[in-house]
Amino acid sequence: MSATISPIAVPPTISSHRRRKDRIFSIALWASVVIALIPLLLIVYRVVRLGVAAVSVSLFAHTALPASMPGGGMKQAFFGTAMIVGIAIVISVPLGVLTGIYLSEYGSGRIASVVRFTAEILLSIPSIVAGAFIWALVVVALGSFSGLAAGVALTVIMWPIMARATEEVLRLVPTELREGGLALGYPRWRVVLRIVLPTAGAGVFTAIMLAVARGLGETAPVLLTALGNDFVNTNPLKPTDAVPLRVYNYAQSAYPAWRALAWGGALMLLVGVLVLSVTARMLSIRQQRRMR
Amino acid sequence: MREIDVSSLSAWFGSNQVLHDINLGIERSAATAIIGPSGCGKSTLIRCLNRMHEEVRGARVEGKVLFDGDDIYDPRVDPVVIRRRIGMVVQKPNPFPTMSIMENTVAGVKLLGRLPKAELHERGEKALRSAGLWDEVKDRLGDPGGRLSGGQQQRLCIARALAVEPDVLLMDEPASALDPSSTLRIEELVTELKDRYTVVIVTHNMQQAARVADWTLFMLYGEVVEFGPTSRIFTTPEDQRTEDYVTGRFG
Repeated sequence: MSATISPIAVPPTISSHRRRKDRIFSIALWASVVIALIPLLLIVYRVVRLGVAAVSVSLFAHTALPASMPGGGMKQAFFGTAMIVGIAIVISVPLGVLTGIYLSEYGSGRIASVVRFTAEILLSIPSIVAGAFIWALVVVALGSFSGLAAGVALTVIMWPIMARATEEVLRLVPTELREGGLALGYPRWRVVLRIVLPTAGAGVFTAIMLAVARGLGETAPVLLTALGNDFVNTNPLKPTDAVPLRVYNYAQSAYPAWRALAWGGALMLLVGVLVLSVTARMLSIRQQRRMR
Repeated sequence: MREIDVSSLSAWFGSNQVLHDINLGIERSAATAIIGPSGCGKSTLIRCLNRMHEEVRGARVEGKVLFDGDDIYDPRVDPVVIRRRIGMVVQKPNPFPTMSIMENTVAGVKLLGRLPKAELHERGEKALRSAGLWDEVKDRLGDPGGRLSGGQQQRLCIARALAVEPDVLLMDEPASALDPSSTLRIEELVTELKDRYTVVIVTHNMQQAARVADWTLFMLYGEVVEFGPTSRIFTTPEDQRTEDYVTGRFG
């Protein structure tokens, strides 16, 4: 069969002109990557260098003190952030994951387009707008700044991330698997619950973690809703402190002790976001391996 | 005796009509092959027989499919119930990746109600034996279904379909993604199964149809060209187009 096919003439070498072009492009690509990485590395370097110096037992053990007194900390901010993000998770995970399931498995036609469009718009609105919106909606209605309001404000940020990311990972589940379930007589909801979600499992978890990582570092929505607090507050209906908020306030202060604390808080935020993102990344790599 | 009677069946994807007024009777406990060139509508036809066609967005069906005398397209009929009685195996093996071999096998059985573990296992074993897979997997029933070879995965899917004890088994090119020896295993299996089940098999491989099927349907452009006993279709077809196709002049 192959005897009659004449070979295509392949030139013995690639022309120097082409090789030069290839060279230039490769260098340009690498240079872009390096330039993009420089600011990131500088930020990380500075936060780590100044942050590590500020991390001490008192950072976690003590609440805010006047700048003139030594040994102040941000205990109340860590508590507050945990509470606010916790509230946001409780509201946004069911909402976001269910929306993602709807968009991927049931959504067709006009309603789905509207939901998807809404999520997309919410993804791109400035977070201060989310803060202002929830201030008007929740803070004014309840008559007080509160952790609850901040949690709701973070939901506005986190919900669309989860919804869109969940939709994307569910779409990666091969159609044949859904059909396999349907052909066995699975009702649609059961196909989603028993086949689609377990198959995409780690991917959905990744979506959740990325959204949480984003919510953790948000300052503007918290600024307008939680207000801040110098003491540990456990009542979700009362003004609450949060780490990004405390960093924001301390970083602008005139006192070196407070600015040092701000670097410590910033480092902790960075670590938190890094841990969430790396875990999410690791899970999604595992997931991709399983999908193959 | 006929198990499935298709009358005036037409099907669409959006505005594109892919099946035109199909009439067909499928015999009980026999294998019926559907052959024809790519795009002739044979997969669509088989997917209309267990109401899977409508799962595709924009897809639509008109006409009747009588199964044991009842129209499966009657608005009162739940497609889920139909699919439990008419099983299906598709071209690309699709074991559920998060389930073990045994869990895959009994995935459909679990829908029928809560069964004791022992009975579930027994049903699974029976199905795996019917699919000719038991001896190869009995020592590793807990392994993921996706770790089997392609041919074994396909037999796992057959076992999964058989475990719910359907009346009919639809097979949409079940061997076209497999190597020759796995293909042979599947064909042997079809020959065994057709005594107990009504089998409908779509294939683009004419030799395969000739080897396994009692009845053969030849389709072209979404229409039935000829339907009859396999031996007649392949030796003395009435239609010139059938003759051209089975002798390899086109398609």
